[in-house]
This record gives sequence, structure tokens and C-alpha cells, in this order.
Amino acid sequence: MKFFFHIGRYFLMIKYTFTKFTKWSVLKKLIFQEIDDLIIGSIGIVAFMSFLIGGVVAIQTALAIENPLLPGNLIGFATRQSVVLEFAPTLISIIMAGKVGSFITSSIGTMRVTEQIDALEVMGINSFNYLIFPKIISLLLYPFLITLAMFLGILGGYIASVYAGFSTSFDFIQGIQLDFKVFHIIYTYIKTILFAFVLATIPSYHGFFMKGGALEVGKASNVSFVWTSSVIIIINFIVTQLLLA
Amino acid sequence: MITVNKISKSFDDVKIINDVSAVFDKGKTNLIIGQSGSGKTVLMKCLLGLLDIDNGEILYDGKKFDKDNISTISNLRKKIGMVFQGSALFDSMNVLDNIIFPLRMFSDKTDSEMISRAKEVIKRVDLKDVDSKFPSEISGGMKKRVAIARAIVLNPKYLFCDEPNSGLDPKTAIIIDKLIQEITVEYGITTVINTHDMNSVMEIGDKIIFLVEGKKIWEGTNQEILNTDDKMINDFVYSSELFKKVKLTQKKSTDLS
Repeated sequence: MKFFFHIGRYFLMIKYTFTKFTKWSVLKKLIFQEIDDLIIGSIGIVAFMSFLIGGVVAIQTALAIENPLLPGNLIGFATRQSVVLEFAPTLISIIMAGKVGSFITSSIGTMRVTEQIDALEVMGINSFNYLIFPKIISLLLYPFLITLAMFLGILGGYIASVYAGFSTSFDFIQGIQLDFKVFHIIYTYIKTILFAFVLATIPSYHGFFMKGGALEVGKASNVSFVWTSSVIIIINFIVTQLLLA
Repeated sequence: MITVNKISKSFDDVKIINDVSAVFDKGKTNLIIGQSGSGKTVLMKCLLGLLDIDNGEILYDGKKFDKDNISTISNLRKKIGMVFQGSALFDSMNVLDNIIFPLRMFSDKTDSEMISRAKEVIKRVDLKDVDSKFPSEISGGMKKRVAIARAIVLNPKYLFCDEPNSGLDPKTAIIIDKLIQEITVEYGITTVINTHDMNSVMEIGDKIIFLVEGKKIWEGTNQEILNTDDKMINDFVYSSELFKKVKLTQKKSTDLS
């Protein structure tokens, strides 16, 4: 029963987030601040992880292919498919659930513990809109991060396979272009937008409704990561089944 | 003036506020006192609409406080200032931005007008050279002053203070108490203060409401509370050695005269 209570309260929170809007001049500043914290602040880790993951995918594919009859462009093809369809959107989103999700939960949770949210409400401000709406809007730029992850993942794969001697530059590039389907990119961006919404709202929920003190803020961040990553995996499964199966 | 008529509030079938009625007068510092866990904070949160009451009614200057009427509650909340126990200053903003915040949200003033108004209240609460500092860089007493400045920047009609001098040394606590009292008279505000500090009661208690286990058991002024025969109140008021000695000295001087 408690599970349904949380689901109901989560959707009520979403509803309140889109009602009684904060003054635009204030909201605009908050949105830019969130873009800086959530998107710009994540570029480094996303670039680092994507580049190395792309490299590992290419090396592992190359090592798994022992049959000389298999075409040389297979490494490029497999790297592109893995990075574009799964590693960039899903794995990076799980990493972001740890980085951005924990940040959101702990910052809102600390505001709850130190009565800053109560202060907003006493002033007559819709704290849901003030705190959560800018996060949702800023994470609309999340596809930009995933595009960067896709590019750097493939680049990492290219460098690893070509410079380690697993593939030639020509074969790898030919592999990247092989059997390219635009729908796969659309599928990836559909997933990305859904993940962005989950990344903004589930950690906010855990921060917003937490009770207790500093220790509970840490616990809430932990629970938030577990739930956010679980929901990302579930959505990934459902969307893949609906769009690709 | 705030009128409370027979309000109750329960959590999981445990009554925290039980049939409380009271009148909080305009231009006076109205104190809600009682031991920890007596329901002071819950009562204040009910008054502010942060908690829903189970029954009874709350009237602000004769108008019913209806939490479900969004436009009414929004308008009313713009007239309310609140000083939280931990000050509740926004960590991400410096002192000046914290004070300007309500103006930015609810007024159509230009930036320079807002800064000028903020500087006015900063001066009123006797703060100096802290405009660009962040809450983590100032002392507890200064935080309370900033919180008071933020609470009065929109010229509120009602001021709520939850344990405004908790965590402060006795001297600073008295200064903060006096500041709240002066502002109450100066701005003609209805001020409601939650406290269990007897110094505050003695210094600024224009009107006192005493709560025990969620029930109002006594109401009066700071002079009346010293002379009451009610055992429960005496146990609370004279729980400290200092006040016991004050009482004893008073008794001796009365006997002598």
C-alpha cells in the first residue's frame, strides 16, 4: 500500500510543479543556474566516461571476433550500435542518477531540513514550482549531453581499435556508416527525454518529502539513486520493447 | 489580530493540539509558551497553514483562513513574515539577496528600489557590513537579524517567530527579543512568538498563552504569570534556580513590607 501512496504523491508533486508559476524574472535565473549545475557541470564526467566506454566496447568486440571471415567493419558497426542504442543513453543516465540525482536530492533535502522550503511556503511561493520546474526545464538540454556521449563514445572506439591495431580507420568508419537507421537515433532521443524527466523528478521527490536531519539527507540521496536508476532501467525495457521489438 | 476558535490537530490518532482558542492582539508580542512537546510549533504551523487543522477555525482580522482558497491564501501569506528557529536563510544567496527575495517575488519595484528598501531594513535591525556575506559566514545572532529583516521587508501585518532566541547567548537573546518587540510596536504588527525561554517571557510577554499537552491552560501577561498560584505554571516558570531565587527575594520583600 505504501508503494501506491508514494506513486500517488509523486504524481501530485508533478501536478503542483506545473501550477501557480513563480515570477518569470526569478524563474529565468533559476533555470540558467540549474543548466549550469546539472548540464554544464556534468560535461566533464560524461565526456570521460563515454570516451573510455566506447574504447572498451571496441576492444572487447575486436577480441571476441576471432573468425577471419567476419568483415573488418564489424568493430565499427558493433561500437556504433552499442554506444548509440544503450551505452550513451542508458549507462550515462545511470551515472547521472548518481551525480545529478544525488545533488538534487541532497540540495532539496537540506532545504527541507533547514526549513528553507517552509520559508518559501510561508511566503506564499509554490515551492514545487520554484524548486522542481527549473530542474525539469534545464534537463530538456539533456539530449545535448547524450549527443556528446554518443560522439565521444564512437571516437573512443575509433581511437582504441585503430591505434591498438584491431581495425583500420577505413573499416571502422565504414562500420559506423553500415546499415544506419535514423529511427535508432529517434528511439535514443525518446529514451533520453524520458530519462531526463525521471532524473529531474524522482530525486526531487525524495528530497522534498524527506524527514529527519543531516543523516536522513544522506539516506534519501541513497534511496533516490536506487529508485532513479531502477526506473531508468524499467523505462528502458518498456521503450525498447515498444519501439524496437 | 488573529483569532483561533477551538482548533485541534492530531497525528496518527494522537491529539497534539486539543480544542485551543485564543486571540493574538495587534501591536503586541503574543507568546505561546510551554514545555518541549507541548504543541507550540504545531500550533504555529497550523496558524500558518503549513499543517491542516482537523477542526475549528482561524481568523485573520476577522477573515477565515481557508487553506483551499488559493488566491486568498496567497494574498494573506504576502502579509505574513516568519522568523524560523534556525533562521531558514537561503544558503545559495548572500544576505542582501536573502532580504530582497520577498521583494523580488512579490513587488514590482526596480532593482535600485529593492536594494534601497533592503538597506533600510538592514539598518533597522542594526546589521553592518554583511550585505555580501553568505549565511554560513555570519554568526547565529546576525542570522536572526537577517531573518527578521527578511520577514519585515514587505511590511507584514503578522509576524511569526519560532523560538527566535534559541541557540543564542542570553545577552544577544534579549537584544533579539527587544528588537522584535520594537518592530511589533513600530509597524503595528500582530506578533506571535513560540518560546520556552523565561527571559523572553519576562522581557517581551505582552500576552502569554500557556500550553500543556496541546491544551491551553492559562492566559495572561508577564506580570500575571509571576503571581499566579497555578502549580503547573509555577513548576514551569520557576524550574530554574535563578527564577526560584527571584521569587524568594520577592516573597521576602513582600513579607518585610
